[in-house]
Amino acid sequence: MSTALLIEQLLNGLQLGVMLFLMAAGLTLIFGVMGLINLAHGSFYMAGAFACATVAAATGSFWIGLIASLITAAAAGAIVEMAVIRRLYERDHLDQVLATFALILIFSEGTRWLFGSFPLYLDIPPLLQGAVPLPGGGQYQLYRLAIIGVGIVVAIGLYLLISRTRLGMRIRAGESDREMIAALGVDISTLYTVVFALGAALAGLAGALVGALQSVQVGMGEPVLILAFVVIVIGGIGSIKGALFGAVLVGVVDTMGRFLLPQALMLVLPPSQTALISGALASMLIYIVMALILAFRPTGLFAAQP
Amino acid sequence: MRQIVTREAITNAGLALLLLVVPLAASVMDEPFYVTLATRITVLALAAVGLNIALGLGGLVSFGHAAFFGLGGYAAGILATHAFNAQPLFLGIQATTSMPAIWLVAVVACGLVALPVGAISLRTSGVYFIMITLAFAQMIYYFAISWPAYGGQDGLSIYVRNTFPGANTAQPLPFFLICYGLLLLGLALFWALGGSRFGAALHTARQNATRLAAVGIAPFKIRLTAFAISAMVTGLAGALFADLNRFASPSMLSWHMSGELIVLIILGGKGRLFGPVAGAMLYVLFEYALGGITERWQLFLGLILLGVVLFARGGLMGLVAGKERYG
Repeated sequence: MSTALLIEQLLNGLQLGVMLFLMAAGLTLIFGVMGLINLAHGSFYMAGAFACATVAAATGSFWIGLIASLITAAAAGAIVEMAVIRRLYERDHLDQVLATFALILIFSEGTRWLFGSFPLYLDIPPLLQGAVPLPGGGQYQLYRLAIIGVGIVVAIGLYLLISRTRLGMRIRAGESDREMIAALGVDISTLYTVVFALGAALAGLAGALVGALQSVQVGMGEPVLILAFVVIVIGGIGSIKGALFGAVLVGVVDTMGRFLLPQALMLVLPPSQTALISGALASMLIYIVMALILAFRPTGLFAAQP
Repeated sequence: MRQIVTREAITNAGLALLLLVVPLAASVMDEPFYVTLATRITVLALAAVGLNIALGLGGLVSFGHAAFFGLGGYAAGILATHAFNAQPLFLGIQATTSMPAIWLVAVVACGLVALPVGAISLRTSGVYFIMITLAFAQMIYYFAISWPAYGGQDGLSIYVRNTFPGANTAQPLPFFLICYGLLLLGLALFWALGGSRFGAALHTARQNATRLAAVGIAPFKIRLTAFAISAMVTGLAGALFADLNRFASPSMLSWHMSGELIVLIILGGKGRLFGPVAGAMLYVLFEYALGGITERWQLFLGLILLGVVLFARGGLMGLVAGKERYG
């Protein structure tokens, strides 16, 4: 195993983590501010990817597609919030789970209706094609590095938004006492719509970015959604810092587990069993990590609310 | 004095009778398809009765019961495969195609998995509990599809339906009657639990855990027991479901299945004895009726479900049998 391969896998893990962060940040923000568990978040991821692929194919520009994905996901988020989600804030979590599960069925089937069952493909923009040399030999895809860059920019942007702006102040106030800030004259229902649309836009951005690496198809959001749940459970629901930490942890553990476990098991097991066991074990690894963390910290690592 | 002939009791008896009479009539008229449809309703209802113990009685919103449903299914599939190929399981133990033995294995396996999963998940509550049960179910799902010995992503076919002493299970009607009998047993268990001291403790754990602890009963143990019993009933239904389809599929373990089980309960009425039965009837009939009209039936199912959650709380039982009564 060379150093270059190790660095490459670490970067892959980081890229997965950053992508999970884009999903988890929205989920955790929506839970923290509105107390809502949103299963349909994966649908915004899918909507972003489909919007980007369609617009990029029509205009020939990935960048216009990327803007379209942000607008589509944010608009879908705002519409869904005003039509459905708004009625769920006062309900228990069971009703929220069911209503957003119903939204997934509607979104998935609706997208299949519009676009058919065949996957769409999205090309990496020419500007970001190519590779970067790694220390110790080997190369790394420039596009994946760019995704990591976008994730870092979004993380810093969210931090500044929440700690330095008026909107962020209202979001923080909404987290701690919604009646009080409503009494102070803040239009709480508009604030909720904005937060929901912001979360949806981040998910749409993640979908569009990943769309160029994988095929764009119905149901692509669901595996990512569940990983994002694992992330926010590990990080502590409601905490953006926790989401960032959890996302990078999950991304790196998952990627490195798939890469290192076969090699580690090779030392103790005969080769015929290694592939079998390491494959199964690697796919369970992040859930085992999650169970371990929860066994010691039942509310996650950076719980926002005690 | 407690009234015995309530609106709910009449509704329950009507539903139980309907579920029995329709397949009998279909069998007489030589329409085996409807018998199979009724069997599907019965098995899904049993799975949801299991979940209803945790969700309805205990207020534990498990979003991972597909794990137990699938585990039961795989128990049936694995035993049947070994018996079919005449391979011993391990340590020279022979596999079997006898349904009661398979059910026992499925139920014990689910109990053994539910205890550690429940012990970790029940340390948390609320949204955390929902997400953790979901994550554990996904862990088992990924394990099943990445473990090639038992079919991996392709699932596991059961070439000949497993046997039950004194019945020809290959015929739709005897198999339906076996499932129906087990559903009645499951409902009896739910009813007995709900009326027992244990059930009272579970109710209290849902409503006010501090008070329960104050009278000297640990809520954690009560909840864990309920979670394990609930998993075992759902696992039994999983074994039947695999036999019904002659196929143990990884999709039985998927999170869509967990969602569907919750949907069955909510459509029918949460915490009600016959809620899962009413829900399973509605769900399978929607699936059949809408599926006959349009390929996009899931879109309409989503819309109906959204309507039920937003506007018709209490589900079908709430509409037909009125509000839940206590005492």
